[in-house]
Amino acid sequence: MDLNPRFRFETFIVGAGNRLATSAARAVAESPGSVYNPLFIYAKSGLGKTHLLQAIGFEAQAQQPALRVQYVTLEEFVEQYHAAVAAGQSDAFRRGAQEVDVFLLDDVQFLADRREMQSELLRLSEALQARGRQLVLTSDRPPAEIRDLDDRLITRLSGGLLVDVAPPDFETRLAILRRKAEERSVVMAPGVLEAVAEISAANVRELIGLGNRLIAFQSVGESPLTPEGARALLTGEAPAGRSADGPEVRPGPAPAPTPAPQESAASPSDDFSSFLSVVAQSVARQLEAWKGRVGEAIVRWQGQGYKTARLEALLERGDIPDVEAILAAYEADVVQLRSLAETTARFDSAAAGSARFKDPDHVAEAQAWVERVREGTAPPPAPSGALGFAELIVGAANDAVARAAAAVAQEPGQRYNPLVIVGPAGVGKTHLLHAIGNALVAARPGTVVACVSAQVFFEELVSAIHGERADWWRRRYRGADALLLDDVHLLAGRERTQEELFNLFNAFQDANKQLVFTADRLPSQLEGIAPRLVSRFSEGLVVELAPPDREMRAEMARRLLAAQHVSAGPGVIEYLASRPADGARAVADLVTRVVQSIDPTHETLTVVMARLALEGESGRVSAVLAAVSGVPDGIDPLLRSREKVVWDWPDIGDRLIEDFR
Amino acid sequence: MSLVNFTTREITCKIVYYGPGRSGKTTNLQYIYDQVPDDRRGRMVSLATQTDRTLFFDFLPLDLGSISGFTTKFQLYTVPGQVYYNATRKLVLQGADGVVFVADSQARQLDENIESLQNLHQNILEYGVDIRTVPMVLQWNKQDLPRDLILAPEELDDALNFRALSAYPADALHGNGVFETLKAISAEVLRKLSQGATGRQG
Repeated sequence: MDLNPRFRFETFIVGAGNRLATSAARAVAESPGSVYNPLFIYAKSGLGKTHLLQAIGFEAQAQQPALRVQYVTLEEFVEQYHAAVAAGQSDAFRRGAQEVDVFLLDDVQFLADRREMQSELLRLSEALQARGRQLVLTSDRPPAEIRDLDDRLITRLSGGLLVDVAPPDFETRLAILRRKAEERSVVMAPGVLEAVAEISAANVRELIGLGNRLIAFQSVGESPLTPEGARALLTGEAPAGRSADGPEVRPGPAPAPTPAPQESAASPSDDFSSFLSVVAQSVARQLEAWKGRVGEAIVRWQGQGYKTARLEALLERGDIPDVEAILAAYEADVVQLRSLAETTARFDSAAAGSARFKDPDHVAEAQAWVERVREGTAPPPAPSGALGFAELIVGAANDAVARAAAAVAQEPGQRYNPLVIVGPAGVGKTHLLHAIGNALVAARPGTVVACVSAQVFFEELVSAIHGERADWWRRRYRGADALLLDDVHLLAGRERTQEELFNLFNAFQDANKQLVFTADRLPSQLEGIAPRLVSRFSEGLVVELAPPDREMRAEMARRLLAAQHVSAGPGVIEYLASRPADGARAVADLVTRVVQSIDPTHETLTVVMARLALEGESGRVSAVLAAVSGVPDGIDPLLRSREKVVWDWPDIGDRLIEDFR
Repeated sequence: MSLVNFTTREITCKIVYYGPGRSGKTTNLQYIYDQVPDDRRGRMVSLATQTDRTLFFDFLPLDLGSISGFTTKFQLYTVPGQVYYNATRKLVLQGADGVVFVADSQARQLDENIESLQNLHQNILEYGVDIRTVPMVLQWNKQDLPRDLILAPEELDDALNFRALSAYPADALHGNGVFETLKAISAEVLRKLSQGATGRQG
């Protein structure tokens, strides 16, 4: 069915009652299939459902002429379906319906008691949604109130956005009447349309009917209609006493009726109820108008993915804000974010979709970020602030390395370039790397330090190549003053990344910029790394990190316990330090296990508690102990300690030789 | 206290009937009191002398129920018109959201009307409020008296309504114009809702 050109958004008068529905309809028309799908508009008869529905079709087609738009009432849909079934063409009918981009279905309340059509509509709505096509429905009631409607269909129809259209308020009624009078080129005496608008028509159609009567009457009458005459004409009441006999009054902003002093006052209830209605109208006009506008703006912007915290906060406020100014400022921010996103898209299409461009409360941040992207200097990942030299525990095992690191931090690019830190997992390589990075930044504020794991480095490159912005990625790293790359052994076999690293390496060395690498083994033992890189790693200073010794472990345990506010009793630190641990991570694990196991009511952690946490729970150990030593189960757990049992006996051969000596 | 309180969802309007002595302010309130259904009105407090002159002030609370989800209450006050009660007048005026100036239409009362209007301006000014920001309407009361005793609305307009406010001829005794005035001042006051500032004094 063709769309009626009279039913467009431009000819739809928006008021408090239909503002939300109109915004939703516009949003759908502007981006069909992506915002509210399905959109379900319900309203009593004559309030503009069909107008809105067709307006969506018009607007969508105006914006994207290639779109296939279909408007159909449910009755027609049923007829078409039955005709197709009769002709044996039901499949073709379904396929045809599913190919529509914007499907507008009017009056779905007639689905009541039509099981067959309900399942057909369910199928259609699933197919449309699966293809990202828009479905808009109207009804005179919400889905849940349509009699005998399939639950699945209720869920599906309610799954997008449900909006209702309320009867028009005074202003909207007046605007509709004015539009009608303009269309007919009829000029009414002042106050006439206002008087008609005050008559509460049940719906817009009835109101337009009243307007038509008025226009017809005016065109045949000799003298122009007065407000009283119009009211009397339309309500069938006798006009009130003419004002000509009463004293004339200066016209104020409100029409000032002139009472005839001789007449007694109107009936009491009328006086009060008309006063009440003035108050109600004024309150609604003032109070709801701005809230409606804010609500509409929230729906609109949220529909487009923007954060609306600023607007939501307005509704929570105790006073009435300057809505127009705030909305204008918000919109200006959105416009700015959009243009920033467009700018970014030219450099980095993936970054343009960033959430940064959806929060109008942080435009400045977004702008600063765009500036950096534009210059190709959006900084690469920086060192973590939590890992500094102060947090590093220095002992015999890492003293040399720490000194080398400190030297690098003092004179970047001068002494040891590159510095390669080698050691097994968990001994603190990453900590040291970040500590160097932080020290570099602290010594020279503004220094850009790229501190990144080889895995992230690799993934960034892949996505940069994918997004055809490898140049941008390169510029980003070349703009840094130091490159600190963690776990280079992870680049094994990744030739393109190695090539990029090789080029970066040369560029950095030429510019005397510091390079620091960590690896799990000596460069010469790295497998899958190009020899030209290996040789460059080796020509710098290669330092090895050993697992922490007992003293370092004790210090680590002390700090970790202090950080968790656990006070350690005598011997606890020594006990924890004595536990086998091959790195900082292992010590942290031990401490965590102990801390988690203790009863928070205990004030002090004792050795017994620590032992119980780390060893005592092992049923297997106690079983073995019982078997080996004959010690019955259930005795002092200290005796069942793992450490009291010699597990690895010296080689008997060694002992024999010693004895022999 | 603000006109509209979003936390408690209340709208409270204080409207003060101002004017010279014997101009009919209390009569306005009494008529309103008689027309309001019992369940919507509070007790009208009137402190009058033996000769029926307002000694202190009249107070009529109106509960208009829930409007747009807001409990809406009106408080109508009159001030004593006699010149020597200025302290009371000023007190009653404090925090008013709107003012109805009830003028006596009798020709011989014109000076009293002018004096009272000046007194109103002065009192509002003393609260540091610009009179132009205060919602206000005028009422030409006693228009039912013989024509030769009273001034016509146009004449009163010329003499008193230099701000071109809405003005309503009235016969408060019989109720003519009373509710028109009340409706007009209510609409004026409520229009301020959207402007944030409530224009209260004090």
